[in-house]
Amino acid sequence: MKYMMLICGDENAELTADELAVLEEDTIDWVEKMDARSVRKLGSRLRPTDTATTIRVRDGETLMSDGPFTETKEQILGFDLIECADLEEALEIASKHPTAQRGSIEVRPLWEE
Amino acid sequence: MTDPAEAAVAAAFHNEWGRVVATLIRMTGDWDLAEECTQEAFTRALERWPNDGVPDRPGAWLTTAARNHALNRIRRGRTEHAKLREWDTMNGPQDPPDPSGITDDRLRLIFTCCHPALPIEARVALTLRTLLGLTTAEIARAFLVAEPAMAQRLVRAKRKIRDAGIPYRIPPAHLLPQRTASVLGVVYLLFNEGYAATEGPDPLRVDLCAEAIRLTRVLHGLMPDDPEITGLLALLLLQHSRRTTRQNPAGELIPLEDQDRTRWDHTSITEGIAHLNNALNQGTPGPYQIQAAIAACHATARTPADTDWPQIAALYDRLADLTPSPIVHLNRAVAVAMANGPEAGLALLQNLEADLPDYHLLPATRADLLRRLGHHKAAATAYREALTLARTTPDRRYLTHRLNELTHVPERPDPRT
Repeated sequence: MKYMMLICGDENAELTADELAVLEEDTIDWVEKMDARSVRKLGSRLRPTDTATTIRVRDGETLMSDGPFTETKEQILGFDLIECADLEEALEIASKHPTAQRGSIEVRPLWEE
Repeated sequence: MTDPAEAAVAAAFHNEWGRVVATLIRMTGDWDLAEECTQEAFTRALERWPNDGVPDRPGAWLTTAARNHALNRIRRGRTEHAKLREWDTMNGPQDPPDPSGITDDRLRLIFTCCHPALPIEARVALTLRTLLGLTTAEIARAFLVAEPAMAQRLVRAKRKIRDAGIPYRIPPAHLLPQRTASVLGVVYLLFNEGYAATEGPDPLRVDLCAEAIRLTRVLHGLMPDDPEITGLLALLLLQHSRRTTRQNPAGELIPLEDQDRTRWDHTSITEGIAHLNNALNQGTPGPYQIQAAIAACHATARTPADTDWPQIAALYDRLADLTPSPIVHLNRAVAVAMANGPEAGLALLQNLEADLPDYHLLPATRADLLRRLGHHKAAATAYREALTLARTTPDRRYLTHRLNELTHVPERPDPRT
């Protein structure tokens, strides 16, 4: 099955240079391991929400606003699309992601028939 | 009056429902289809057994009937993609034997129903429906929830199992202890729900305590070597032995010390203690075994004065190490008060004020200890505080009763003054 992992956390969390380096190293390590297992199909870190633009079309009119579609305490920091046997394996993969230790990871199945 | 064949169907429903559903889910991968076909198999049994006689192996007969019904349904529904997939699965190679060596499909069913990715209320409801065969109406009534809401809860849970891909299998060894704890948590919640549900006599309401014990017996039969399952079975049997003495006819709670111990269910106590000893002999105590040991101390005391309170206090110490919680500390304080005097208990209660701000049993316990010391005014104040927090009718009645008693008793002079 295919699952989307939404990597969430506080983008304004202040990390020391050391913490940041460790986080980056751990994330690269996770990506390499999951690529080697052939379960990770696609994924990336996202730029912060101040680079986001939200668009809505209503009555034929395009409305554009600066920022994410909703202000929340945690933001989507990145995503990974994985393919694995079942939710058990998906949760095992997600729990190994370093951001699971300070933020949270939402695991959702793709809508496939 | 009861037809023996009908009685046999009823017995088979009690014993075989969960097994048949569990097997059908494995065969078809479709929870609704499995339930419907199992229901159909029982309807067939009611039609056939009075004429054909009760089969030697009712479970096997029912499974075959349900399976055939499922095959027909799938053949008829050929055009549907989903059904075709199920057809393939059904005719495909059998699942490899489970590495744990456990082959009973009911275990897959239990672990899937109690998967921590499902909300706890859904785990309980799904287990009652699929494993024990309770109807949606019965479950709704047991939990005082409207039937459509309960139906919705079951539909959502089954949809999540299917769409999110919660696997239908026994968890791998490294997850097994954690997942078994999740299953036992569901059973314990079920029992406590039944234990606390005392509002009004409702003859149609299923006895959740009895269902929890039935479920634990199934679990114990499937995993006889797990000491915590055995410990939980012991605990539930010991608690359940007091079911008829916990309340007076007016619905007031009767505290342990005032209960008629000759009316405790001694068969249940004997069985509970035998299970407890078996569990403890394995040498890996856990929270349920310790709670069962505490319950056994009460169950074996012939009079309240015979209760081994120092032993109970020591057991609560162990429990607090394993599962630190303010409730455990509150119970420990009560045991210490009984073993070493009310002052010792009151001192321990002080540390809990911050952790249990809205829990009526904290001021209620304080009130009891103050009453024992003869400080009636302070006790009355504490009972009133407890009354503002208590929510169930029996709790409120008990506290009001205690409070009324106090206002008729003169204050004992404080020996220190």
